[in-house]
Amino acid sequence: MKQEGYYDDFGGVFVPSLLSERFNQKGYYNEFGGAFVPEVLTATFDELNIAFDEAKKDPQFWKDYANILQNYSCRPTPLTFAENLTRHFGGASIYIKREDLNHTGAHKANNVLGQGLIVKRMGKQRVIAETGAGQHGVATATMAAKFGLDCTIYMGEVDVERQRPNVFWMERLGAEVIAVRDGTRILKDAINAAFRDWVTNMDTTHYVLGTACGPHPFPEMVSTFQSIIGFEARRQILSQVNQLPKRVYACVGGGSNALGIFLGFVNDPDVELIGVEAGGKGLNTGYHASRLCSEDASVGIAQGYKTFFLQNTDGQMRETHSVAAGLDYIGVSPILSSFHRSGRIHFTAATDTEVIDALTLAVQKEGLIPALESSHAFVQAFKDAPHLSKHDCIIINQSGRGDKDIFTIADAFDDPKWKSFIKEKAEAYHA
Amino acid sequence: MLESYIQHQRKQKDILLMTHIVVGYPSLDDCEKIVHEMVVSGVDIMELQIPFSEPIADGPVILRANQMALEEGITVADCFDFAKRMKQKYDIPFLYMTYANIMHKYGIHQFVSRMVQDGISGSIIPDLPPEEGMDYITTLKANSCSPIFIYAPTTSDERMSMLSQHGSGFIYCVARKGVTGAQTNFSNDLDTYLNRCRAATNLPIALGFGVKDRADIEFLTGKVDIAVIGTQTLKIVEDQGVTAVGPYIRDLR
Repeated sequence: MKQEGYYDDFGGVFVPSLLSERFNQKGYYNEFGGAFVPEVLTATFDELNIAFDEAKKDPQFWKDYANILQNYSCRPTPLTFAENLTRHFGGASIYIKREDLNHTGAHKANNVLGQGLIVKRMGKQRVIAETGAGQHGVATATMAAKFGLDCTIYMGEVDVERQRPNVFWMERLGAEVIAVRDGTRILKDAINAAFRDWVTNMDTTHYVLGTACGPHPFPEMVSTFQSIIGFEARRQILSQVNQLPKRVYACVGGGSNALGIFLGFVNDPDVELIGVEAGGKGLNTGYHASRLCSEDASVGIAQGYKTFFLQNTDGQMRETHSVAAGLDYIGVSPILSSFHRSGRIHFTAATDTEVIDALTLAVQKEGLIPALESSHAFVQAFKDAPHLSKHDCIIINQSGRGDKDIFTIADAFDDPKWKSFIKEKAEAYHA
Repeated sequence: MLESYIQHQRKQKDILLMTHIVVGYPSLDDCEKIVHEMVVSGVDIMELQIPFSEPIADGPVILRANQMALEEGITVADCFDFAKRMKQKYDIPFLYMTYANIMHKYGIHQFVSRMVQDGISGSIIPDLPPEEGMDYITTLKANSCSPIFIYAPTTSDERMSMLSQHGSGFIYCVARKGVTGAQTNFSNDLDTYLNRCRAATNLPIALGFGVKDRADIEFLTGKVDIAVIGTQTLKIVEDQGVTAVGPYIRDLR
């Protein structure tokens, strides 16, 4: 459904409305954000700020952006009425925003294609990126292939092991994938490694940060590109049911898919916005990645920005845990920290076990396969739906598809047929 | 204070040496021995790095040293005690090098009070530019401690002047792009850059990143006030042990 003019208001009207004084003051969102950048990168950030500011004001930039998202990444993504789940819970009508249908299978494409157009404007030839679940890495490698750029992806060694299918595709797409062996060997360490590359190669290279974290302008830039999710979702729900949703649910790792959908409704005071963090093995176990709804996080400065971090009393970052690699991160978008403090967005957590159960139900009832990350949002929506009125509707952001998680999910189900398949495959390679 | 010490020392030496350790790596006992070797071998200023779990400006060698110190259980309090002891034993200026979060979590005012009590002369915080650090700058200066700022080859002349106004003690010039510990090409390009640094500030200037042997020090003599040896001493300790540090330092000039 390619609609002429669908995005005419996006760059010129909607985006400027997000960047009001309330929303962004020189990279600060209340006390959160900033740009804690080593001196050697200061000039690079100046260059990026100028490029983004110019692009934002250029109608042609937004035309190019809408064009590539429509014709390359299948936007607008549908808002699917989950009739069977609605009947199952017997409460609010459940609608699902289908970011899994983006090219490369997650919302990450929205940001990556936007930054790709910025890279072209700056005339750089190489991109680097960090990745946790691998979705941002695949999206970046795809963009690099399409735009003819060199590409290096940094990925924690632990994540390389748990997301092998995505590593396979990144390499096929021509990217160099570097397994990061420092620190806890997950997403945060991949971000540090990408920064270390960037401070050496900034003349030729742009760092395509994958989430709404890091130094200014990244939180603003990434959430701006992702806000196309909420821009569409608000129009779609109004046109489908002629009312605004009671609640909107999204999972929160760094926060880019959550901000993407929430920004569409942030100026509708009656719409409740619910972010769901990784509860891991439980908030009281220490094995989780909940920054905004656990007592284990406090305000700190790391990776170039100020926000809530999971850290000890000395300011050293703690180990995090989640079944979902994409949520397994110490920090959270400064924009979300700001909305947390103001109370505009409510945060909760879902445990690994609850996530597997919610995923199972979505597969069985609707034939949808949400990613483990996205399934966190489903958990809270499923808890709430029965208690809401039948006249209400809610939206869940299905930020990505779960095919990539086949190894993890097969393990969780202890699937005997899958295990024997892997065994036979291994034996065949061995022969 | 730090600045006048540097000027005084420069009357006696053509170039000063500043060295660096990560507190707690390989162990607190070894650190104490390393500081001793360095001071008796003629080091003029020392940087004590308080380890941080996310040291984004550091290369692989110092990164690993940070991680191993933390794995051994080193705390910020341990670092303060160590620094206090070193200052009581050795009469040279000691500086803290660390990242913004360590100071932020401890509290800037409390952190600076400890520096004053323990006789620490200043600090280098690579992820705290003046735009984010006005409270840090005023608190240090009000207590006669030096906030030391960094110049990079990518820093504009205008920005160099701004950094000079906020800094005190000396300016730490980074020889090249990249992180600590990689190769630096000591060439004419470096001369051009150093001339730009000199023109932008009246403070003494130090040069670091990649300084490793006598030839580098000879190249820098007459061009900068202080040569900074960072990663190389860590490599010496790792390859040859603590006792190799003294001979290495004495051979530099």
